Amino acid sequence: MAEIVLDKVTKRYPDGALAVSEVDFQIADGEFIILVGPSGCGKSTTLNMIAGLEDISEGELRIDGQRVNEKAPKDRDIAMVFQSYALYPHMSVRENMAFPLRLAKVDDATVRAKVEEAARTLDLTQHLDRKPGNLSGGQRQRVAMGRAIVRSPKAFLMDEPLSNLDAKLRVQMRTSLSKLQKQLGTTTVYVTHDQTEAMTLGDRVVVLRNGLVQQIGSPQFLYEHPANLFVAGFIGSPSMNFLPATLAEGQVNSPLGQFALTDRVRRLVEAADAPREVILGIRPEHFEDAHLLDEAAKAGGGTFTAHVDVLESMGSDKYAYFTVEGDQATSQELEELAADSGSADVPASGSQVVTRLSAASEAAEGSSLEIWFDADKIQLFDPANGKNLTYTE
Amino acid sequence: MATVAVRTPGRVTRWTIVNVIVVVYALTPVLWILSLSFKTKDTLTDGSFIPKSWTLQNYADIFQTTDFLRALLNSIGIALIATLIAVVLGTMAAYAIARLEFPGKKALVGISLLIAMFPQVSLVSPLFNMERGLGIFDTWPGLILPYITFALPLSIYTLSAFFREIPWELEKAAKMDGATPAQAFRKVIAPLAAPGVFTTAILVFIFCWNDFLFAISLTSTNAARTVPAALQYFTGASYFDDPTGTTSAAAVVITIPIILFVLFFQRRIVAGLTSGAVKG
Repeated sequence: MAEIVLDKVTKRYPDGALAVSEVDFQIADGEFIILVGPSGCGKSTTLNMIAGLEDISEGELRIDGQRVNEKAPKDRDIAMVFQSYALYPHMSVRENMAFPLRLAKVDDATVRAKVEEAARTLDLTQHLDRKPGNLSGGQRQRVAMGRAIVRSPKAFLMDEPLSNLDAKLRVQMRTSLSKLQKQLGTTTVYVTHDQTEAMTLGDRVVVLRNGLVQQIGSPQFLYEHPANLFVAGFIGSPSMNFLPATLAEGQVNSPLGQFALTDRVRRLVEAADAPREVILGIRPEHFEDAHLLDEAAKAGGGTFTAHVDVLESMGSDKYAYFTVEGDQATSQELEELAADSGSADVPASGSQVVTRLSAASEAAEGSSLEIWFDADKIQLFDPANGKNLTYTE
Repeated sequence: MATVAVRTPGRVTRWTIVNVIVVVYALTPVLWILSLSFKTKDTLTDGSFIPKSWTLQNYADIFQTTDFLRALLNSIGIALIATLIAVVLGTMAAYAIARLEFPGKKALVGISLLIAMFPQVSLVSPLFNMERGLGIFDTWPGLILPYITFALPLSIYTLSAFFREIPWELEKAAKMDGATPAQAFRKVIAPLAAPGVFTTAILVFIFCWNDFLFAISLTSTNAARTVPAALQYFTGASYFDDPTGTTSAAAVVITIPIILFVLFFQRRIVAGLTSGAVKG
């Protein structure tokens, strides 16, 4: 149980490369916090600095109000779960889990009791005498968890603990991990590159990019109020649609047609002193098949007609993909996101837009469809620096 | 993963034939020596593979001469000490090479490779002079030192390959679990590196045990002469006897420690000990 404070923590490698720059946040006691970002964003380095496996170049790390920059990992009393699990192959499951307690010179009876209790919690009792080599991936993951929880540390650090599991098991482990953390109430720092894990697990999410914190907040807040293009594009699946647009006298001219800004959006845009050229962001669920809405419901938005390229029916929803003419929205953030997701190499003319329509929609692949969108839900970004012009606390 | 080969009768037969050929090729000279060592003096040259009349006289003879016993003692002592030192130093050096970045690492690896490639025969004369100057000619240290020198590159190379196989995350995990660097090495890394250490020990021991060049050049009396060198001076019971029988018996005797050494450590060389450490 502990509060962890990162006070302008910076990691600079001897060759001058800046891996983490002035990361500044507090983790409350018992909080589940997620560090998320594309590979190379500094999230694992940050975790390793909290663990003590990497030195902190500048800034201060405090656990329970005490500066721990110079303390060895073993003196910080925090446990870590590795992506590869890092189980000791020459020891049985029981010995693996008992290892931290043995090092702490705990007496035999207590070790036994604690290991068995942890094994019960994680449903590992019948595997205690097996070697890690004979366990399945999910069981190994649980042993790694067990090794972390036996000694009731001040905090758990987890470095992509679920990324080596297959998809189905990952979802299952995600819920049990969340339950376990609530039950133990131990402060947890969790690193992942998977935005779904970040959204579902965390009390708060820290989005990192190039070693810089982009935004910190609850998953829902980040989803609804992204501070910039990067966060907007990273959080959410399928991700937000971005289109180039121009602003003129309260009107937006975009590939979706020309429409008036709602009062709320206009006030924010005026306060932010927006440029003429902007990037318009809109999430897939803010579209709907226009035929399913009456005139009153359509009032707050615009409609346009598009040719459906691909239609994915998920049962509960339908995802319609279509292409709008004109240039693509470009910015450095969007390029980075595309590179990270591997879609940078996909050649495209015009911009692809994905919409989530209700299952009742009669949209069909290859035919035209009239689509309505909610003009009050649009977000406008400055293409120069990626800042969200419609950001509200 | 490799697919499991189907055990068809044809495949089994082919492999059996190949294996038999290899085993016969490797063991025939050994069996020939064994056969010679059991033959009496009269039947030594009869060309029969299986001795017509058996005798243990050759074995009795070699153990009656103090030369052989003394040489055996020298061999065992020198080889064991050299192996121990080379493996301990090699373990530490290999761990550093596999795990740490330090200035001069490439140079160190390069020099040790250079030593391994250097023709030993060209070093014999300078070594002879140096050892005479230092007063260690014809002593145990006089042989142990060059053995360590030439065994170290071998042991550093094999061991660093083994250390590289051990996932570094295990060491990090041990540190997080509360281990000091020394504890992490002793309780996690060393047990996992054990097969590598034993393999290296066997290789180094065989190298020291079989060496003839240094043994013959850097010794002059029984004080440090090892068995391969001592065999050269074998004469049989008297100077006029043909020593073939006793030499064969001695050759058989000196292979026994090697076989014991390998059998003893082989059980510890369990392949795939690290499986299951990481990933699924």
